[in-house]
Amino acid sequence: MQVQFRIERFNPDQDTKPWFGEYTVEVEPTDRVLDALNLIKWHQDGTLTFRRSCAHGICGSDAMRINGRNRLACKELIRDYGDKITIEPMLGFRVIKDLVVDMEDFFASYRTLQPYLINDEPAGVGRERPQSPEEREVFDDTTKCIMCGACTTACPITWTNEDFLGPAAIVNAHRFIYDSRDQGANERLEVLNSKSGVWRCRTIFNCTEACPRGIQVTRAIEQIKRTLLTGDNNPD
Amino acid sequence: MYHRFDAIIVGAGGAGLMAAAQFASEGDVAVVSKLYPTRSHTGAAQGGISAALGNLEEDHWIWHMFDTVKGGDYLVDQDAAEVLSREAIDAVYELEHMGLPFNRTPDGKIDQRRFGGHTRNYGEAAVRRACYAADRTGHMILQTLYQQGIKNQVRYFNEVMMVDLLMTDDGVCNGIIGLDIQTGEIHIFHAKAVLLATGGFGRVFKVTSNALALTGDACAILFRRGLPLEDMEFFQFHPTGINKLGILLSEACRGEGGIIRNGKGERFMERYAPTLLDLAPRDMVSRSIHQEIRAGNGVDGQDYVHLDLTHLPAEVIEQKLPDISEFVRTYMGLDPITDLVPIQPTAHYAMGGIPTDVEGRVTVDGDNTVVPGLYAAGEVACVSVHGANRLGTNSLVDLVVFGRRAGKHMLEFMRQNDHQPLDPEPDYRARAEIDTLMSNETEENGADIREELQVHMMDDAGVFRTAEGLQRLQSKLAELKDRFSRVGVRDKGTTMNMDLMETLELGYLLDVSEAVVAGALAREESRGGHFREDFPERDDANWLRHTLAYKTSGGIEMGSKPVVITRFEPKERTY
Ligand SMILES: Cc1cc2nc3c(=O)[nH]c(=O)nc-3n(C[C@H](O)[C@H](O)[C@H](O)COP(=O)(O)OP(=O)(O)OC[C@H]3O[C@@H](n4cnc5c(N)ncnc54)[C@H](O)[C@@H]3O)c2cc1C
Ligand code: FES
Repeated sequence: MQVQFRIERFNPDQDTKPWFGEYTVEVEPTDRVLDALNLIKWHQDGTLTFRRSCAHGICGSDAMRINGRNRLACKELIRDYGDKITIEPMLGFRVIKDLVVDMEDFFASYRTLQPYLINDEPAGVGRERPQSPEEREVFDDTTKCIMCGACTTACPITWTNEDFLGPAAIVNAHRFIYDSRDQGANERLEVLNSKSGVWRCRTIFNCTEACPRGIQVTRAIEQIKRTLLTGDNNPD
Repeated sequence: MYHRFDAIIVGAGGAGLMAAAQFASEGDVAVVSKLYPTRSHTGAAQGGISAALGNLEEDHWIWHMFDTVKGGDYLVDQDAAEVLSREAIDAVYELEHMGLPFNRTPDGKIDQRRFGGHTRNYGEAAVRRACYAADRTGHMILQTLYQQGIKNQVRYFNEVMMVDLLMTDDGVCNGIIGLDIQTGEIHIFHAKAVLLATGGFGRVFKVTSNALALTGDACAILFRRGLPLEDMEFFQFHPTGINKLGILLSEACRGEGGIIRNGKGERFMERYAPTLLDLAPRDMVSRSIHQEIRAGNGVDGQDYVHLDLTHLPAEVIEQKLPDISEFVRTYMGLDPITDLVPIQPTAHYAMGGIPTDVEGRVTVDGDNTVVPGLYAAGEVACVSVHGANRLGTNSLVDLVVFGRRAGKHMLEFMRQNDHQPLDPEPDYRARAEIDTLMSNETEENGADIREELQVHMMDDAGVFRTAEGLQRLQSKLAELKDRFSRVGVRDKGTTMNMDLMETLELGYLLDVSEAVVAGALAREESRGGHFREDFPERDDANWLRHTLAYKTSGGIEMGSKPVVITRFEPKERTY
């Protein structure tokens, strides 16, 4: 089928402001949006620029706005969009070129919340730190994050509030706070209780809707709020 | 820009990051990666990482070693396989201690599942050896190691692509050249030691489970510099790729009880591997699928068969294979709980690569002479623990065991050695290559060449090979290389020039393909992942040895290296 793409373009070396390029491509309905972008880049306009790698929703490279919603281009099939598709970069990040955005601040927010296991007790040689399947289950959902940025840039609070750490950073803090092996919850909760933390969240659910991994992002944020209020480090 | 570090690690997948973790508190080390670290393809690994923990049933490292050697059709270097299976145990615990959220047994230990070719007591029956985190084990390894890097404040150069390797006239490695994709700037990295951990090159084939970024860069760069590539003819085709797309459906599907059926609904593996059935090694299962298809037993006479999970309890599918189920739903519009899934073999894993010893040091000949300062680990390297065919879950083990060893050895090396002086103009080769690509007229389109390459490699260097097909492929490669010399980059800018990146990658793909084809043509036998229809038997008398391919001005020359055999004498491989 023929599909018409409108793609936001911006090359800092020559453009003063973004513009839309229009491209018509012949694709199968079962092709991915990413396949179409590749066809355009490879056979029509070699300057079109976007990040991609795994092509099946695992690496988090190609989050972008597809018909206005944050999606991974490699996880969306043409047939679900029909013959007119508009593609724009994620909102709220500086555009480096075309669909490629600067994610340095995004990763900096993530790092603020110490996204690594904190446990100073020796683990013992030749064995694991024990953890029951139930304890493991508690934080399963938030281990899925691929840091594509779709949730954070779907959140209107992050567009207006530079301080807000954003949903992705909080999701990754959640992954450790509720890990029974971790001892760093208090330090992370302190940051999350500050003005850049969870209280900025207005429970709009855009993040949950945007997450290509199906993570219940808003729920995770709510669990942290509850822990802050009750001091109970058990999310449910 | 000039940078000076003690050590440079190229590649931020499991191998590179595990090596970086060894420098926790010492040494000035930087990781250079053309992708953001978390975008590396280690994150796509699904099924598991094997280690004989024996958490659910009796298991021993030596059984793991035996399976690795047999699975590799006895082309495995057994000293390396022993290191792999012994150190796997400790490496898995180390990952757990770093925080990796493995699935757990009811008593709180790391859970383990069955995987192809992993057996108890030297082949008696399948054993639970693969440690896993649902079907995103690789994702969790990559995340956990990246997180350790944050904790250890590792220095990253992201979206910087290695385009050349630096060596002194005496053959000591002293750095690399990187192209900053974001700015177009050339970086000179001067180092005492360099680790190459750039992953595989599945993108030489049309249908592959590999990421677009897996283009064999480091292999090609070394090859161009006259260093050899080992056993390049051995490429693994994984039996269960989603039809046409090549997206992987992990062997864990079969580990959990899934069955492959032909168009008649038959469980045809009963005829090919009566003991291990669907869990026979991948090369055998992939060949069996192709044989069924050739015999007209594909589904509706087409070139695919079915993966059947419909008899598994829905909870098993949802809880142990959630990502895979989602792939099937997203890309096929099918539900694995109720529908048969169309599959075909997909190009998956490079057994061959840059020859190294068990410390990760790059070697250059049949005597294992090392290149001081140069290391390789992970899929890019050939230690060789996978021989002619890798067992499932053994790549992730390889990354952490040999990534760790290489990191530790580099640490020792940089303590004892100084920086070797650089040439006055170390970046001239890289600049010349890039200038040519940027200034060429765009007479030829790189994408056309790449597409043709991938189709021909799949047809003539895929699961089945013949001298005739490989010779045809050699002429094709010569033609494509000639056309490549007339490719010009269409994007003339400096910011985020991914057209330039893809064109450089195409050059690498072409060189790597040449090495694959040369090896495949030379090896006149069938072993593991390399099947020659004109030489269908394994030939230990002539071919129980590794090949080394060297690029010379007169074409590719083949050398060889003996296989290290310590504990297990080669036997016929039946399952
Ligand atoms: C879908 C899939 C599932 C798999 N499942 C399993 C499994 O269950 N168990 C198992 O054991 N194995 C599995 N494998 C195999 C295993 O995942 C890979 O072999 C392994 O992850 C490779 O890791 P690596 O560190 O060598 O390279 P990668 O993780 O591929 O990383 C390569 C790195 O090199 C960088 N790089 C590449 N070229 C350059 C350059 N020119 N300059 C700078 N940087 C560069 C990239 O940016 C990247 O960071 C699977 C593979 C696939 C594709
Ligand atoms: S390309 Fe990896 S998530 Fe889309």
